[in-house]
Amino acid sequence: MTLADANYPDDLLYHDQHDWARLEGDDHAVFGITWYAQDSLGEVVFYDPPEVGGTVDKDATYAEVESVKAVSDVIAPLSGEIVEVNDALEDTPEKINEDPYGEGWLVKVKLTAPEETGALLDAGEYRKLLENS
Amino acid sequence: MTRYTSATPADRAEMLATIGDGSTAELFEQVPAALRLSDPLELPEGMSEAEVFERLAALAERNADAEEQVCFVGAGMYDHYVPAIVDAITQRSEFLTPYTPYQPEISQGGLQVMFEFQTAMSELTGLPVSNAGLYEGPSSVASAGYLAMAATKRRRFVVSRGLHPHSRETLETYSVGYGAEVVEVGLRDGETDAGELAAAVDGETAAVFLQSPNFLGAVERVEALGAAAKEHGALLVVATDPMTLGVLKPPGEQGADIALGEGQPLGNRLDFGGPSFGFFCATEEQIRRMPGRIAGETEDVDGRRGFVLALQTREQHIRREKATHNICTAQALNALAAMVHLAWLGREGYRELGELLVRRTAYARGRLAAVPGVELLHEAPVAREFALRLDAPVERVLERCAERGIAAGYPLGREYPEFENGLLVAITERRTRAQIDDLAEALGAAIQAANGEFVPDSETKSPVAGEVG
Amino acid sequence: MAMTETPMQRERARTIYEKSKPGRRAAVLPAAEVPEPPLEELIPAELLRAESPRLPEVAEPEIVRHYNRLSRRNFDLDSGFYPLGSCTMKHNPRLNERVAALPGHARLHPAQEPKRAQGALELMWLLQESLAEICGLPHVSLQPSAGSHGELAGLLLTRAFHADRGEERTKVLAPDTSHGTNPASVTMAGYEVVKVATNESGGVEMDDLRAKVDGDVACLMLTNPNTLGLFDENIAEIAALIHGVGGTLYYDGANLNAVMGHSRPGDMGFDIVHVNLHKSFSQPHGGGGPGAGPIAVSERIEPYLPRPQVVRREGTNGHGPTFDLDLDRPKSIGRLRGFQGNFGVFVRSYAYILSLGADGLAEASETAVLNANYLKARLAEGRAGKRLPVAFDRHCMHEFVLSGKPMKKELGLATLDLAKRLLDFGFHPPTVYFPLLVEEALMIEPTETETKESLDAFADAIERILAEAEQDPEIAKSAPYTTPVRRLDEVKATRKPVARQSMPVMGDGGPGSAGRASR
Repeated sequence: MTLADANYPDDLLYHDQHDWARLEGDDHAVFGITWYAQDSLGEVVFYDPPEVGGTVDKDATYAEVESVKAVSDVIAPLSGEIVEVNDALEDTPEKINEDPYGEGWLVKVKLTAPEETGALLDAGEYRKLLENS
Repeated sequence: MTRYTSATPADRAEMLATIGDGSTAELFEQVPAALRLSDPLELPEGMSEAEVFERLAALAERNADAEEQVCFVGAGMYDHYVPAIVDAITQRSEFLTPYTPYQPEISQGGLQVMFEFQTAMSELTGLPVSNAGLYEGPSSVASAGYLAMAATKRRRFVVSRGLHPHSRETLETYSVGYGAEVVEVGLRDGETDAGELAAAVDGETAAVFLQSPNFLGAVERVEALGAAAKEHGALLVVATDPMTLGVLKPPGEQGADIALGEGQPLGNRLDFGGPSFGFFCATEEQIRRMPGRIAGETEDVDGRRGFVLALQTREQHIRREKATHNICTAQALNALAAMVHLAWLGREGYRELGELLVRRTAYARGRLAAVPGVELLHEAPVAREFALRLDAPVERVLERCAERGIAAGYPLGREYPEFENGLLVAITERRTRAQIDDLAEALGAAIQAANGEFVPDSETKSPVAGEVG
Repeated sequence: MAMTETPMQRERARTIYEKSKPGRRAAVLPAAEVPEPPLEELIPAELLRAESPRLPEVAEPEIVRHYNRLSRRNFDLDSGFYPLGSCTMKHNPRLNERVAALPGHARLHPAQEPKRAQGALELMWLLQESLAEICGLPHVSLQPSAGSHGELAGLLLTRAFHADRGEERTKVLAPDTSHGTNPASVTMAGYEVVKVATNESGGVEMDDLRAKVDGDVACLMLTNPNTLGLFDENIAEIAALIHGVGGTLYYDGANLNAVMGHSRPGDMGFDIVHVNLHKSFSQPHGGGGPGAGPIAVSERIEPYLPRPQVVRREGTNGHGPTFDLDLDRPKSIGRLRGFQGNFGVFVRSYAYILSLGADGLAEASETAVLNANYLKARLAEGRAGKRLPVAFDRHCMHEFVLSGKPMKKELGLATLDLAKRLLDFGFHPPTVYFPLLVEEALMIEPTETETKESLDAFADAIERILAEAEQDPEIAKSAPYTTPVRRLDEVKATRKPVARQSMPVMGDGGPGSAGRASR
């Protein structure tokens, strides 16, 4: 089961490698992959979450998402320290397809450089990026 | 036209007309002129099928095969009896000629065979996951090293000298590419030196490699030896003989993370060393790091049970530079041969065969140890192969036995200089009591002759030289 | 689409384990003939197995019937066409099986003394010489067991070559069209892959290559013709560039079938070539092996070849030459596997080379190229020409690549759907979604052993499927309909892999459930 239509919530920030960030308070954020990313991958079969306490660096890979036909790197939109991971995805990785912005969230981080948000795209800019590619 | 093509001049003319060219030479114009051969290859012209057969038969004649010489040579490949149904099944077009099962809807035969084979190897080794096979034994050991590095993020391998010399050498060759260090641990009385092993394993060790039965035929105490690996978080890799797992405690019940080995004894010919297959089994935890193909069970759109290649994202055609391994073509037909052989032996027969091997080996060992000039190299328990030390130059002894029509065993001295005049003797169910008694007599006579007599030059046989080409 | 089941579909899959019944067996083993003490007297009890492995329990007729019926659920080359790009699915001659089965070859132990294995060693040497001539490189090792094994060998040879010159290089270049084994082998050999772009005519993008070639490049891996079936006209310059920085040039021989007897990788400037005996040299694919991947190398690479090497020694005292396994190779990279390699494959390949000879090999390549261009021309006509345009519009060599992009856009049919519908027409589909460079790719290699009628039938089938899709694209999307199983759930297989039969626990009444004590 996947979302019927492409969907890019306005309250999120987007990375051009098809990852999103939801800011929480001043210095926390939740990350995941966008509708476009899950659609390209196909049905997700495996996701191994990183460790709590690990660091993520902006623009660098912090995890992998695996479908039947591909393995995709997940890119961190912002730098920080992992404070929570979505363990439930180990049993139900298909949530990444069904609800990429909700139950398909991947990690929550404490940001180390909140000013990096300036480099991210808003929903409109991200949609434009997709149209042009 | 060669025997296998069918393009007549009329066909060619029609095809060229459709293409719009006057000649096939035009099709090769994309090859720069300087690179186009102007003369034929310097090879003989094609021969008729009958002539090719005669040539190959003539070459075969100049090999002393196991029909000509009673074969007591083992060292990883054994002269077992392979039942006729194995040939009948593996020679079927439907198994011999298809491609790799990337289109599962028309490959259910091959995929189900893989599934059955994976099950059998899992049963034999006592580990839950098996792949569909690798090339052969020694390179499978090297593949285990690659997995261990990915699993532990470490680069050090501790290897028992009891591992087949080819396995140790192959691991060393691959380790140059891996950037891994290989440390060897010695033997004591035919078995891995436990103290030396414990001292060698540390927090940088990715894997500990043992073989049981080891190259000298000794059944090793794998569980005890493997404790050192567990203690330091290293993987325990155990190479084993697939014909002995009916009677010996399998690696999976002794703490192994990976069990692998040379599969030739199951259903495959000697074939001067190949093709055979390597089996590779592991704990559930390693499934996503496994090399090679894995067939998985599933259903089709109408709910019919079927099989597909599972976890393909590990493999080179999808994962490319991050693949768990570079293997593409493996040894599927050889794995089929193994499966048929195992089905033929069956649960009872496989165990019985193991028991037969152990008892005949015990008998052979006892008979040979009693021969003057022969002593056991070690007294560790053995299953189907054992090591002797001769009180005479082993090459001469082997020569005399060969003249009597017996290939008496594998000389150890070249790869184990510490066992000069050592001889490895292997037993299969084809080695009858009479042949074993004959071997004892031949060895005795050969040792006497090698020691007692002056051997004139004219007796030194030149190799069997025939016409070349 | 409602349909009745075919007989094969109605026959549900059952494994040999599910057909087992305790007490049934096939093997009758010889009597021991020797004393039979309890095993515990020979081997300590703690090293013995308590429960025997749960292998099948069936009698011989059932084994034969099981595997025979199973075999019929396979498509195979002896029965039909496999236009798989870069696989070279040419006919597998049965003569080769006959000679491989000769006891002198089949029952020869690999550790037999060289002097008693002269036939085998001479055969290997003759095969080496033949491959050297075909490739245009003087030294050959038969040891690698498959193409990717040969690739690894070539990269380790490269590493040894540079190390011997006191150099440590870290990168290997490979085009974006390369077969997946190339980058996988690069990583195993401890190098970093750097991709090189492809230009509009399908060859290496020279500016990109020039920008990336430097003193840190150990090697460039190429296939020529490449996986688009196109011969790179710039090969001389490419070779000069790599050699200019002291790197090695590696040839992936998967496409050798295009050039045997017409051009040689050695002459093109390659240092190391691997040959797939299960492709150009007719070794049967066996459903996924065995094969072999011998390598041919230039003079400067020779010292590093794997050990042992088959050599010919001149005779002395009026005797003829002899053949031996040379272990005295101080600069060798070492062993890549046990014993000497897949000898049974060498026997078959050598028989094939003898059968064809110089004339036959050249004719095979010529016909392979002719057949490919003919099929390409047929598929440039009609609907295929519009919906499946060729990716590069020039003469191809032995294979060509079409793009399903217009078909997808205009008919909503993916290359995958076309492939699945072809199964209903009795063809194995071409290679799909490779090379990655071409969208919705279809890579087609007919080989020389197909008749013109076979090629026409394939082209006609494509035409029919496209016509059908114009009327109703849903048909292909749910294909196949007539195969023993229909489209399979690969997600389910990968999410929770079931890679073996689960057995009932001992005593539950399943196969082997009664306790088994050793005798």
